[in-house]
Amino acid sequence: MTVESTAARKPRRSAGTKSAGSTAAKRTGAKKSPSTPGSEPELVQLLTPEGERVADATYDPYVADITPEELRGLYRDMVLTRRFDAEATSLQRQGELGLWASLLGQEAAQIGSGRATREDDYVFPTYREHGVAWCRGVDPTNLLGMFRGVNNGGWDPNTNNFHLYTIVIGSQTLHATGYAMGIAKDGADSAVIAYFGDGASSQGDVAESFTFSAVYNAPVVFFCQNNQWAISEPTEKQTRVPLYQRAQGYGFPGVRVDGNDVLACLAVTKWALERARRGEGPTLIEAFTYRMGAHTTSDDPTKYRADEERESWEAKDPILRLRTYLEAAHHADEGFFAELEAESEALGKRVREVVRAMPDPDHFAIFENAYADGHALVDEERAQFAAYQASFVAEGEGE
Amino acid sequence: MAAEKMALAKAINESLRTALDADPKVLIMGEDVGKLGGVFRVTDGLQKDFGEDRVIDTPLAESGIVGTAIGLALRGYRPVVEIQFDGFVFPAYDQIVTQLAKMHARALGKIKLPVVIRIPYGGGIGAVEHHSESPEALFAHVAGLKVVSPSNSSDAYWMMQQAIQSNDPVIFFEPKRRYWDKSEVNTEAIPGPLHTARVLREGTDLTLAAYGPMVKVCLEAAAAAQEEGKSLEVLDLRSMSPIDFDSVQASVEKTRRLVVVHEAPVFLGTGAEIAARITERCFYHLEAPVLRVGGYHAPYPPARLEEEYLPGLDRVLDAVDRSLAY
Repeated sequence: MTVESTAARKPRRSAGTKSAGSTAAKRTGAKKSPSTPGSEPELVQLLTPEGERVADATYDPYVADITPEELRGLYRDMVLTRRFDAEATSLQRQGELGLWASLLGQEAAQIGSGRATREDDYVFPTYREHGVAWCRGVDPTNLLGMFRGVNNGGWDPNTNNFHLYTIVIGSQTLHATGYAMGIAKDGADSAVIAYFGDGASSQGDVAESFTFSAVYNAPVVFFCQNNQWAISEPTEKQTRVPLYQRAQGYGFPGVRVDGNDVLACLAVTKWALERARRGEGPTLIEAFTYRMGAHTTSDDPTKYRADEERESWEAKDPILRLRTYLEAAHHADEGFFAELEAESEALGKRVREVVRAMPDPDHFAIFENAYADGHALVDEERAQFAAYQASFVAEGEGE
Repeated sequence: MAAEKMALAKAINESLRTALDADPKVLIMGEDVGKLGGVFRVTDGLQKDFGEDRVIDTPLAESGIVGTAIGLALRGYRPVVEIQFDGFVFPAYDQIVTQLAKMHARALGKIKLPVVIRIPYGGGIGAVEHHSESPEALFAHVAGLKVVSPSNSSDAYWMMQQAIQSNDPVIFFEPKRRYWDKSEVNTEAIPGPLHTARVLREGTDLTLAAYGPMVKVCLEAAAAAQEEGKSLEVLDLRSMSPIDFDSVQASVEKTRRLVVVHEAPVFLGTGAEIAARITERCFYHLEAPVLRVGGYHAPYPPARLEEEYLPGLDRVLDAVDRSLAY
C-alpha cells in the first residue's frame, strides 16, 4: 500500500472547526503544507458546523442585508432539495429510475450558489445539480426524465437559463465559457456559472475553459464542488495542490469556501458573480464539501471509503447547522419547521406520482430532433420504421 | 461582382466575408485566423476588416475552440471555427461528437447549434504526419452532424454560405490541395441545395462518384478514358452526410456501373456505404459490383510515399477497366 492511498483512507479533520487559535492554525497550516490537498483547508466560513455565525470582513457585506425570511428560504430550499433527492433515490431502488446521482450532503453548496444567481444569469450544470435547478425554478420532475429513460435531457434550457445536464465530465465548462464570451460581446451585464466536480478538474476541457475565460476575460464563475470523491477516486488522485489554487496559474482568483455553509456559499458566489458583471473576469470557487451517498446508485462507497469519514462529515451537515442558527437567533419557530415537514412530504408524494405517470416516449421520438433542418437519411429510416411498425398493426387487424 | 475566376481558398475567403457582412452574429474563430489569416490564408484580411471581436484568434486548444463555439451558439451566435489541419481535429472530437452533434436532440429541439467546423483535409501537399488525413467517415457516421466538401471554387463559395445558414452543425472539409486551383465563381447565381450531388460530366458506360480533392482526378480519368472510347459519367457527391443516393442511383441506372473514389481508407469508409446502398437500390441494374478506390488501412504514409497511397489517374482507370470487364 502506498503512502498516498493510506492518506486517502484517513478521515479528514473537521473542515473549519472553530477553536481557540484556529486562525493561526489556518495560516500556518497553509504555509506548512500548501501541496497537501486533503489537509486542513483554509476556507471561507460564515456559519460554523455548530451553527455559530462568525464574522468575515470580505464576504459579510454580501449577506449583510439578508432577512430572516430569506434565511428561512435557504433552509426550506435545502430541506426540499434533500427530500426530492431522497425520493429519487427511493424511486431508483424501486425500479422506477434507471439511475440516480444523489446530491446528499451538497445542499448548501448548491442552494447557496444557486440563490446567488440572477434571473438573467445562465447556469451550466453537471448531472448532480438538483439543488441549483431548484433555485432556477426548474420543476424537479423535469430532472428525472433522463434518469427514467424517457429522454436524454428533456427541457428547454432557455426557459430557466439552466442548461441540460452534461454527462461527459467537464464538457460544460467550455460551453459556459463560450456563452459568457457571448454575453461580453452583447454588452450585457449578466454572468454564467459552471458547475463541476473535483474529478472534472483533471479534465483537459476544464483547463481549456480556464485558459479561454482568462484570455477573453469572460464573465464566468467556475463552481467546483469538491465532494472529495470522483466515484472511487479521492481528490488526492486528481491533484497535488488544493484545487482553488489552480486559478492562480491562469490569472484569476480562486477561493475555497466551506461547501456545507450555505451562507458562505451564497456570499462568495455573489462576490464572484458581481466581479464577473463588472467585467473583472472569471473566478474559481472551490466549495469544500462531501458527497454523503454513492456517486450514483450504481456504486458502493463502502468498498472504497471508511465509515469514520462519512461520520466526521455528518457532524458538518449543512441543514442542521442552519437550523441551529435559525433557532438560536429566533428566526424560525416550531410552526415553520412543522409546515416545512408537511410541504416536504407533499413534494415527495408529487415526485413519486409524476414519475410513475411519466409516459414512455412515442416510438418516433427516436428520429425527432436529430437535425434542426432535416436529413435525408433520417427521413428514409423514419419511413422504413413506420412501415415496419405498420406491419404489426396490419397483422393485428387481420386477426 | 458577378462571375469571376478565383482560387478555391479565395472563394471561401469571399464567402466568409459575405457572411460576416450580412449577419453580425457570424464569428470566425481559430488558431492564427486573425493577423496571419490562417496557415492557408483562407481568412486573410478578415480580422483587419471586421475586428478582433468578429475574427477571433484563439488559444491553441481545439476542444476549447469547439466547446466555446457551442457556448457562443447557445447565446445566439453563428461561429465558424477553423481546425488548422485534419489530424488536429481529434482533441475536439469529443466536443463535436458528444456535445455538438447531440445537443439539439437532447433539448427536444428547443435549441439550435449553427456551428460550422472548417477542416482543411487530405494529402498531396508533401506535409508531415497528421497534416494529410481524410477523416470524413468518422464524422458522417455521427447522427446530428452534416458533412460536406466542395471540389471547386463556386461550390466552395456557395456551400460555405449555406453551411453558415444551416441550423445544424456542419463539418466543412476543405480539399487543401485544391486551395490554389482557380475556377469561375458567380456570386449572384442561385445555388442548388447544399446536400445535392451534381453530375459534372455526362457519360454512358460507368459512373465515377467522388467528392472534394478526388473530383479533379475523376474528371481527368474520364477525359483519358474518352480517348480510349469509354464514356464515363462523373458525379460530385458534395455531401457525405446526408449522401444524395437518389442522384447516385439515377446515374447508375443509366450507366449500370459504379466506381467510388476517395482519399480516405476504403475500409468502412464512405465508399462502403455507397456500395451497400447502391447494391440495394440498383441490384438488377448493375452489370458489375460497385468498386472502390481509396486509401489503405494504414497510417497516412510519409510524404515521399503519398503518391503511392493516394488514388491517381491510373488507379481510377484500373478500377474502371475491372468494372467494364465483368
